[in-house]
Amino acid sequence: MSTETHDITVTVNGTPYRRQVEARLLLSDFLRHDLLLAGTHVGCEHGVCGACTILFDGVPTRSCLMFAAQADGHAIATVEGLATDRDHLHPLQEAMRDCHGLQCGYCTPGILMTMKVFLEETPSPDEAQIREALSGNLCRCTGYQHIVEAVQLAAERLRR
Amino acid sequence: MKPAPFRYVAARTVEQALQLKAEFGDEARFLAGGQSLVPTMNFRLTQPAMLIDVNPLAELAGVETRAGDRIRIGALTRYRDLERDPATARNLPLIHEALPHIAHPQIRNRGTIGGNLAHADPASEMPAIVVALGGRLRAQSQKGERWIEAADFFVGALTTALEADEMLMEVELPTAPARSGACFIEVSRRRGDFALIGVAATIRLDEEGRCAEARIGLCNAGEVPIFAAEASESIAGRAVGAAEIKQAADLVQGAIDPGGSVHASKEYQRHLAGVLTARALATAVQRAEQAA
Repeated sequence: MSTETHDITVTVNGTPYRRQVEARLLLSDFLRHDLLLAGTHVGCEHGVCGACTILFDGVPTRSCLMFAAQADGHAIATVEGLATDRDHLHPLQEAMRDCHGLQCGYCTPGILMTMKVFLEETPSPDEAQIREALSGNLCRCTGYQHIVEAVQLAAERLRR
Repeated sequence: MKPAPFRYVAARTVEQALQLKAEFGDEARFLAGGQSLVPTMNFRLTQPAMLIDVNPLAELAGVETRAGDRIRIGALTRYRDLERDPATARNLPLIHEALPHIAHPQIRNRGTIGGNLAHADPASEMPAIVVALGGRLRAQSQKGERWIEAADFFVGALTTALEADEMLMEVELPTAPARSGACFIEVSRRRGDFALIGVAATIRLDEEGRCAEARIGLCNAGEVPIFAAEASESIAGRAVGAAEIKQAADLVQGAIDPGGSVHASKEYQRHLAGVLTARALATAVQRAEQAA
């Protein structure tokens, strides 16, 4: 078996990392196993569930459908970088807590990363826009209603 | 599930990418958005020996209007960029309407038109649209380039006319003409899922308000994206009313051979193809009349 490796430099949540990775290493596994940033969750590993969504150069992207080698020279943001510090969650995280927007929490990191950019681009979304933006993130627990409410509340707080 | 081992090269130039493809042939795959290829690799349905990453080749991305009535879209153009491009909305209304149906926002952020077309999934929206619009595709190898008509490009499920040493460079499509209307419509189980059936229709009216040309394409209606030639021709030269639309829908139903799946039987897909063809044509006519 070939174990071709590549030297990569990746910036994750503002911190540069240099690592040697196998060509076939998925970006999701690189974040979780090599960088020990296990906040990025892995659900289906074929791009359907959205749990692994990260920001690749600021754009919400499935990390299970990219290879770590492709991230060389690029900037990644994960859920670990969302809160400013331990005591100050991001308004989206606050709103998810206040509105009971999560139960098991498995889908939550992917939803947070997707919604962060969505609210930056769409500061005053209506419910239909939120549901459309959420369509690439599966949640087995909530039935989505409380997530939609959380996004509405976060939008309101972010506009203030 | 993890991919089998492979060699990875981030291409620095088009020439290097073509040289590697010529060397490795079918053992090598181009990696563009990877939104169709990587899932199949994660399942080990695809095990290429070599991945040639074309993402660094920025010159392969972009939309260019040529000589007024033709538009060229670079293979590496991402769907998010097409979706946000006002010129595409104006000149290619069929594509603009279909884009939100293509998978999910995160997939469209990364996915490219060239990757989508070269993957040649008959259930996918864009191949049916390119066939419906009568587009053509430019393939390049170290030996030279050639243009392939959309109708000749899709030769089977997940199979294109591209040779083992060729790369898809761009697709050329006709700009929506005056007095024309387009409509894309599909039914899927959930938002972002593959369509059970999708219909892409365009109609151009003449100065008397009769149909000068109609083109109807379908996705997930057979082994390849379908151009419904007989149905399209049945409307040409006529004032399009309920009877003409019904006849075209019946012709579409007779012309397709959908595969059926756990999500929809063949019979249901055929039924849906008739219903959606009628709706798409009625809407396209209405839009053409508004544009006239």
